[in-house]
Amino acid sequence: MSHHTPVAKTRGDRKAAVGNVGRPPVSWALPGIVFFAVFAIIPLGIAVYLSFCDWDGLNSPSLTGLDNWSRLFKDSEFGQAAWLSLLLTTISWVFQTPVALLLGVWAAGRQRSRAVLSAIFFIPLLLSTTAIAMLFHALLDPNFGVIKEIGPWIGVDPNVMGSSTGALLVVAFVGGWQFMPFHTLIYQGGARQIPEVLYQAASIDGAGMVRQFFHITLPQLRHTMTTSSVLMIVGSLTYFDTVLIMTKGGPGTDTTILPYLMYRTGFQTYDLGYAAAIATALVVVATGISLIMVRLSGFGSMRSTREGM
Amino acid sequence: MSTDTRPAAPRQRSAPAPRPGRGPARRRKPFGNPVAGVGSLIWLVIVLVPLYTLVSASLMRQDQALNGDPLAIPTDPTLENYNTVLDSGFLTLLGNTAIVAVVTVVLVLVFSVPVAYVAVRTRSRLSSLAFRTFLLGVAIPAQAVIVPLYLLIGKMGLYDTLWAIILPTAAFAMPVAVLVLSGTMRDVSEEMYEAMSLDGASPVRMLWQLAVPLSRAGISTVAIFSALQAWNGFLFPLILTQSEENRVLTLGLFNFMTQFGVNIPAVLAAIVLSVVPIFAVYLVARRALVNGLMGVGGK
Repeated sequence: MSHHTPVAKTRGDRKAAVGNVGRPPVSWALPGIVFFAVFAIIPLGIAVYLSFCDWDGLNSPSLTGLDNWSRLFKDSEFGQAAWLSLLLTTISWVFQTPVALLLGVWAAGRQRSRAVLSAIFFIPLLLSTTAIAMLFHALLDPNFGVIKEIGPWIGVDPNVMGSSTGALLVVAFVGGWQFMPFHTLIYQGGARQIPEVLYQAASIDGAGMVRQFFHITLPQLRHTMTTSSVLMIVGSLTYFDTVLIMTKGGPGTDTTILPYLMYRTGFQTYDLGYAAAIATALVVVATGISLIMVRLSGFGSMRSTREGM
Repeated sequence: MSTDTRPAAPRQRSAPAPRPGRGPARRRKPFGNPVAGVGSLIWLVIVLVPLYTLVSASLMRQDQALNGDPLAIPTDPTLENYNTVLDSGFLTLLGNTAIVAVVTVVLVLVFSVPVAYVAVRTRSRLSSLAFRTFLLGVAIPAQAVIVPLYLLIGKMGLYDTLWAIILPTAAFAMPVAVLVLSGTMRDVSEEMYEAMSLDGASPVRMLWQLAVPLSRAGISTVAIFSALQAWNGFLFPLILTQSEENRVLTLGLFNFMTQFGVNIPAVLAAIVLSVVPIFAVYLVARRALVNGLMGVGGK
């Protein structure tokens, strides 16, 4: 029993008793693994390689050593883009987590009204990011004027897209508008798994609902929160369509986040080697944050989160 | 997952963990109603106002949309904007997108089902390693590999073909597919496998006659989820295709935005038309999609 998969941990002993009769050969997984490797893992390696190259997209890439990387660390545009990415990610997390948590826990109840509202909340997730970005671009268009009608009501300047802070907040809001249903569902699923007895015991002890929320619901949802947060962070680090369609990185370069900078460098000025360096930096940041989150929330969390899937 | 009908596997939690039945509604009343209830109504407004404007303004004549109150009900509803969109090559976009979505779903299922089955049914280090790789794959952003994919797809001679969109899209849908599928397959009880193996069933038969039929829920979730990814993907088409004949919906929408310019009602009509097919699927298969996504956060 020394090498069961983590997947089957809890049922491993029972499996061992049955033996290996009728188990599929591991080779069945090969086509899938190879396919995934060719289009996802190996390109990741090539990206690292290209980050040491000069490549214009037409001729063959030529190795230039650390040129791209030393340029990266001195490039103030990269610095700004990294900062804006971090800022956008933080804003998105702060905006989405409490709302998704509240909506999710609320939607975990099985009343009909909640089910109906949940079905409506889900709709934005069906739209493509392209469609959503275009929709909000239109809503915020000064000629069209929806924002002129609603803006004063909710305290939003009709020319919100013209200001640096405003544009970044809009991008964060539009991302939240789209992905909130996804995170709400994650929390809803998590909340439904919380054992009822915990609440019963707490009620007997005289704990009120607010106490129950903070002492049972929140702690019980910590693995759910890790999953949701990792997905949220990786997601908002990679907002790209929204920026391309709504702001083109502007005003000026004030919403030029890392993926957009990479796109501009790679596919508008065809400096693909440098773009690969930016992309590599993006992966390092995304993976780093995910790993830190997983560690912080306890070593076993990914495993038990996975058990529910 | 709603398909899990057995008690949760024992974990580090001390509670005996019975399945929460129909109960949770009642227990959250005092907290849920005032705070989250009001919050959910606010969110309802935030969700509905843009959607309402999308549909209503797409039915307006351009002058009403631009000069009148855009939130008003269209005084003189017209389908003119929809005709404009349909006359601008919309059906080609729709056809291409449908091909991309269908082929992507087939590829994802063909490649992911065996991986998930092996991950659940074997205990070798290799399968555990493969499973972990897919798990990490969830965190690989598509942007990270777009430059090398541009190189790779070019070398394969697939640049500006629908395959250039399909292959990476399918690969990037695989991590979630494997996770969801292995989750549902793990819910197939060990006893059933044992019974089949006593009958001398081969692994192939167990997969086809036991694991696949009992994982229908997971399989439909994966199918819908991958189709949605393919339907809504933007980066791969943007970078890896070029010509009009291989254009898909998202890229077409983006083009309409420049083509129609200030004709905002036409832009909105194009958005509505692009959503209709997905919306139809949602109405039919809401449960599979929602339950699958909900499972991501379970436990």
